[in-house]
Order: sequence, then structure tokens, then C-alpha cells
Amino acid sequence: MLTGTDQAAGLRQQVRDFLAGHDPAAVPRLDFLRARFDAGLAWVHYPAGLGGQGLPRSLQAAVDAEFAAAGAPDNNPARIGIGLGMAAPTILAYGTDEQQQRWLRPLWTGEEVWCQLFSEPGAGSDLAGLATRAVRVKGDGEAGGGWRVTGQKVWTSIAHAARWGLLLARTDPDVPKHAGLTYFGLDMTGPGVEVRPLRQLTGEAEFNEVFLTDAAVADADRIGGVGEGWRVAQATLMNERIAIGGGALPREGGMVGLAANAWREHPEARTPGLHDRLIRLWAEAEVARLAGARLRQQLAAGTPGPEGSAAKIVFARLNQELSAFDLEFSGAGALVYDDWALRRPETLSFFGRGPGYRYLRSRGNSIEGGTSEILRNIIAERVLGLPAEPRTDTRVPWKDLPR
Amino acid sequence: MSTTTNSSTTERARPAGAVPDLRYGDAEEQLRAVVRDLLADRSPWPAVLARVDAGEADDVPLWHALAADLGCAGLLIDERHGGAGASYREAAVVAEETGRAAACVPYLTSAVMATTALLGTGEDELLGALAAGRLTAALAVCFATMPGAEPSSRPVRIGPPQDGDAPGAARLTGTVTGVAGALAADVLLVPGDGVPFGLYAVDATAAGVTRAPLVSLDATRPLADVTLDQVPGRPVATGEDAASAVAAALTAGAGVLASELFGVAEQCLGTTVTYVKERRQFARPVGSFQALKHRLADVWIAVTQARAAARYAAACLTAGDPDTPVAVALAKAACGEAAVLAAQECVQLHGGIGFTWEHPAHLLLKRAKSGSLALGTPDRHRAALAALVDLPPPAAE
Repeated sequence: MLTGTDQAAGLRQQVRDFLAGHDPAAVPRLDFLRARFDAGLAWVHYPAGLGGQGLPRSLQAAVDAEFAAAGAPDNNPARIGIGLGMAAPTILAYGTDEQQQRWLRPLWTGEEVWCQLFSEPGAGSDLAGLATRAVRVKGDGEAGGGWRVTGQKVWTSIAHAARWGLLLARTDPDVPKHAGLTYFGLDMTGPGVEVRPLRQLTGEAEFNEVFLTDAAVADADRIGGVGEGWRVAQATLMNERIAIGGGALPREGGMVGLAANAWREHPEARTPGLHDRLIRLWAEAEVARLAGARLRQQLAAGTPGPEGSAAKIVFARLNQELSAFDLEFSGAGALVYDDWALRRPETLSFFGRGPGYRYLRSRGNSIEGGTSEILRNIIAERVLGLPAEPRTDTRVPWKDLPR
Repeated sequence: MSTTTNSSTTERARPAGAVPDLRYGDAEEQLRAVVRDLLADRSPWPAVLARVDAGEADDVPLWHALAADLGCAGLLIDERHGGAGASYREAAVVAEETGRAAACVPYLTSAVMATTALLGTGEDELLGALAAGRLTAALAVCFATMPGAEPSSRPVRIGPPQDGDAPGAARLTGTVTGVAGALAADVLLVPGDGVPFGLYAVDATAAGVTRAPLVSLDATRPLADVTLDQVPGRPVATGEDAASAVAAALTAGAGVLASELFGVAEQCLGTTVTYVKERRQFARPVGSFQALKHRLADVWIAVTQARAAARYAAACLTAGDPDTPVAVALAKAACGEAAVLAAQECVQLHGGIGFTWEHPAHLLLKRAKSGSLALGTPDRHRAALAALVDLPPPAAE
């Protein structure tokens, strides 16, 4: 059996061989990325034929580093984060062979951007209560029949640039809420799909509202069985929380570095109270970084622990407290905001804007991707095994629930 | 709603070497299982409580079983001196278990602190006796001492030897207050003030040694005031060597105590989770109420964070990593606060029974609070961290 080191060396050689036949300076970017996918060097932990080689996920870093060292173009992962982080694992776990063949390559190359159509104005934390209806239609020429979808989705990142949406819709209102959901891939460019910017309290609009009016979905684009949408959605959500929990950073990477550097550069602004807060936050951020490193070590060894559920809550709280610190440490400048203009960013960065922006944007960190309160419920029930609260909404047909 | 993560490296970020392996190795898990079995068998909490009630807080048979039979006294000692040739990683796992059980054994003070002070001093015979469990030692410093904090005055003075004393010996006089593990010790390692500064081995039963037991906040870890009156001491190290031996012992003690506190925290969480699943009020388990679930989720989060910090400190101590002072300060602060949080929540979420003497929650609370104060409070460790990572306090007015 090959060791991880041998496998990494073998992969590096594969990359060098690939580069010998595909000069990144000469081959057009998209052709290069498609060829990289077809060579099984896109995501090595994916199966052969779908951009990977069925190898441990931890080996991907060696491949990426080898491509980066050669100056090869990447697939701009920040722009297609939802596709890579949520759509792809869901399609891999529940999609048909045909869907995997059709969707994963353009997803990975960035030709087709994916967005997520889950939350609704009336279904936030109670996602399973969602009201967007998908009704089966027959005989309109689509192979295997199709569906017509009507409803409203909200908090949809990058919907304005997306080709596909991960859609969770109600296909049977006569059964209890969790049982009546079905999961689809929705063509965002089709008729009946209207995307409007949703302006948030920072002034910009990272997100959208998506209005669906008799939007057509082919049955071939259904992901998982009819009525199995809740189970499929769990896979997407678990991957979302892993993505939001954060990647590997060096010490003082992320928001804590801004606060620490500001402290070093402005001795005149230091106060005892802020010093106490900064050291606490520095220590908590560094411990959280170590906990993240430990989690990745477990993932790489194939023994993931439940600690990932903690990461997002800690990340959100630290971002909020560090940005509040940052603002208070900024003196009179903290009373000024950089720009209230409605912008449409395609990627989110806390950096490059002022501390006021970071303070405001971080309020969303404990809401998006599962509120910190819902995550605490999940930890209490799934990790600690505490009993669920008595509920009145899980056994009656969805249509009979009070609204 | 979703977002992508942000990332940035700052110019002032310290060079980030790869984070060492923070998981438990197979050998560590095997060691844990053996120690846990022993403690479950020989030191269940009613036995600990009975011992506390009887004022017999040093469990001599248990310590012998742990130290000699399982070889835990020799984890840090070379195999050529009869030890296990293991490392602080294994030592920390044993500490997790002694903390979890609130075990009445001088493991931290003898097998970690005193042993660390002797490593590299050439005290092969003493190390061999410690490894074999024939002798128990204690470093004669106040258990509240913060590692790296230079004492304003050292309480024990070095005096000239008397007729018949061994060459190099000195006579030691003074009182060290609040020494942990002193009552169980056969040998006291005494920092003695003089020129040069020295670390001396003293027979704990010699004439002129008085060990006055204190009523300690944590009755599972007895403290004593140690008074020396013209007691002969054999030099173990002098000058810089002695200072660095004491400093290393305190740093390792704080780092391994962090793991002990992590064990206390995890035990408090587990005990409380079990209880709130069983305890029924309002015709349902109290653990189904969201107010309690969220608090326990927060304890679990603190425990997951503390574990990473404790493992990092153990890994740095093992490797002699230059980041060790940072790692120990982080771990001692994080694990101390996690243990106190978990123990306080353990008392609170047990309700009335948690406030009684008959329930073990108070043993864990006292172990947690006392441990968080010992070898540097969380606040002192954060102050040390501030200096280590270049985040200075405001200039004095």
C-alpha cells in the first residue's frame, strides 16, 4: 500500500506530466481547466471520471500547490464557493450518474455558477416549513415529465450570476412537513425566475430574493427521490457549516490580525479595558485556530469528530467581538462609515473595507448558515444526545399547520 | 443565506510552522484506558469523598498503583534510568484522567513538576527511584506561583554546612507556604536563596523539617506550609542551571495542569449531560428545555476549544518548541476557564442536589477552581501572553 507521501509524490508527477502537455501560458483558461478536470486532477478525492481519482482529500493540497507553482489558472474558488462547497458534495451523494456527468465538470471549471434556494421569508430556522410549491406536470414534451415551481426564496448569494440553483420545494402539502419536500437543480436562466437584489444593513447587496412563477424544472433535474428533499438538504447544510467554519490560517490570520496590528501601531489609543479585551480575543482566536487545525487533522485521517459544529459558533462570535473592538479602538474615525452605496459584490471579503463595515457585516455571521441558536440545538441534540423539545408541528400534514 | 470564508495574512503574523499533531495517538489512548480503569476501580467518587471526609487526602495505595504498577511516575524519565521514556503528551493524558476522577494522588507535583526539575541535572539515582515509585518528590514552591514570574524574595536562605555534612551541602532555613504534594513527598526540592542560587534535595523527614497541613480549597490536593530550620540540603543544581530547572518545572506543571483541568471540564460536562437526561420536572427531562441545552452546548464548545489548547501545550513541551511559553499560557488560561465554567454549570444544572456535600459536583468544582488559580491564574497567563506576542499594555500615566 502506498503511503500518503508516496501518493503525494505520484500526484505531483502527474501534474508535471499534465503541464508538459498543457502549457498554462498557451492553452486558453477554460480549455486548461476542462483538461485538468478530465485528467482527474480537479479534486482528487472525487471518483475517477468525475474530476478525481478516489484518493484522500488531504492530497489535494499537493496538487493545488504544484499547479500554483507553475502559474496555472485556477477556477476562482471564491466565486464558485457554493458550487464547490455545497452543490458538488450533494450531487455526488444523491445525484444520478447522468447528473454527475452533466453538472460536475462545468461546476468545477466555473462555467456554471450554483446558488442555493433554501430559505424563504416564512422559513428561516424552520426550513422544513417552507412553502414554495413544485407541482408535477405531464405531457409538455419534457422527457420524464417535469415540474412547475412557484414561490419566493431569499438570502440567495450570487443568484444574479448563477446558472443553477439548489432548490428545496414542497411537492406534497398533505404529509408532515419534513416528508413533503423534494430537491431539484433549477435552471436560473429559464422563464419564471426573477432575481432581485436584497439590500442588507451594510448598504450592499450580497444576497438576492428569487421569485419563482411557474418556473419549469425537468424531472431529470430532480436530485434524490420525491419526498426525500429533507435528507438531501441535510448533506448540503452540513457542508455549508464546514465551509463557513473557516479554513487553515496562520497565527493572526483573519480578523484578529487587524486588531493586533492596530494595537501595535497606535499606542496612543490604548486603554486598560481594551487591552484586557484584546488579549482575551487574541487567545480565543488562537485557540480556535488550533481547534480548527485539530479538526482538519481528524478529517485528513478519516476520523472526523463533531467539533466542526463548534467552529461556526466560535468563528461568528470572534468576528463580532473583534470587529467591535476594532471599531472602538478607531477613535473618532469610528463615527464615519466608508460607503453606503448599494454594491453587488460577487465574493465576500471583510478586508479592504473599514471597521464599521466589518462590525456590521459580522452581525450576519451568527445568522447565516444556521443561527447560533439553531446550532446550539443541534449540538445539544446530536452531539450531547439531549432530548428534543416537545413539538406540535412534525406529525400533522403541512397544510394544516397554523401560519 | 450563505457566505464564503475570508482569509488574509497580516504582515506581523508570526511564522506559522505546521501545527503539530493535536490528536491522541493509539499509545496515548491505550495508556488512558489503563489509567481510567484503575481510577474507576480504586477511586470512584464516593471513595474520594470518604477520603476527604476522613482528612486522608493522600491515597497512598492508589498512588503506588499508578506510579509504580502502571509506571506513570516514570513517563518523563529515560528508559536507562528505569522510566518509560515517554513524553509530556502521555503525561498530559494521565493528568486528564486524574483530573476527571479528582484523584488524590501527587501525580502532577511529583511525576511532572519535581521530575521535570530533575531532568538534565545528573540526578540519575533520584530519577531512578522516582521512576520506580520508590520515592515521591515535590518542588517546594507555593502552588500559586506563576511560571516565569521572578519572585520578589525567595523564602528559603542558604546557610553554611555544619560539621559532618556532605561536601557541597548547605543548611536551609525558611518557610515556603502553600506547597502542593509536600505531605506525600519523601524528597523536597527546595530553591534556596544565596550566592549562587541553588536547588537542593532535602529529606522531607529530616530533623528541622516541619510540614504544616493547610485546609485547602481543593481537599483532593492537600497543601502544606513547609518550614526548614537549619536542614541539610544536597545541591541538585546551582546558578542558571537551578533557575532554569525551577522554571522548566513550573512551565511543565502549568502545561500539564491545563490537561488535568481539561479532564475536569469534560467530566463535569458528561456528568451534567447524564443527569439532565434523567432528571424530570414538568413531566419531561429537564435536558429537553432549550435554556439548559444552550448552556450545555456552550460548555461543550468551551471543552472542544480547551482540548486543542491542552494538546498544543503538551506537543510543544514534548518537542521543546520555542512556542512553548505561548502554548502553556494559552492552555492554562483556556483550560482553567473551561473547567470553572463546566464545574459551575455542573453545580447549577444539577439544581439542589448539586449544592449538597453528598454529590460529587463540589469535588469537581473545587478541583477546577483551585487548579485554575494554581500555577498562574488565567488573567496572569494572559498578561504573560501579551508580552510574548507583542501586545503591550497602555503606557503608565
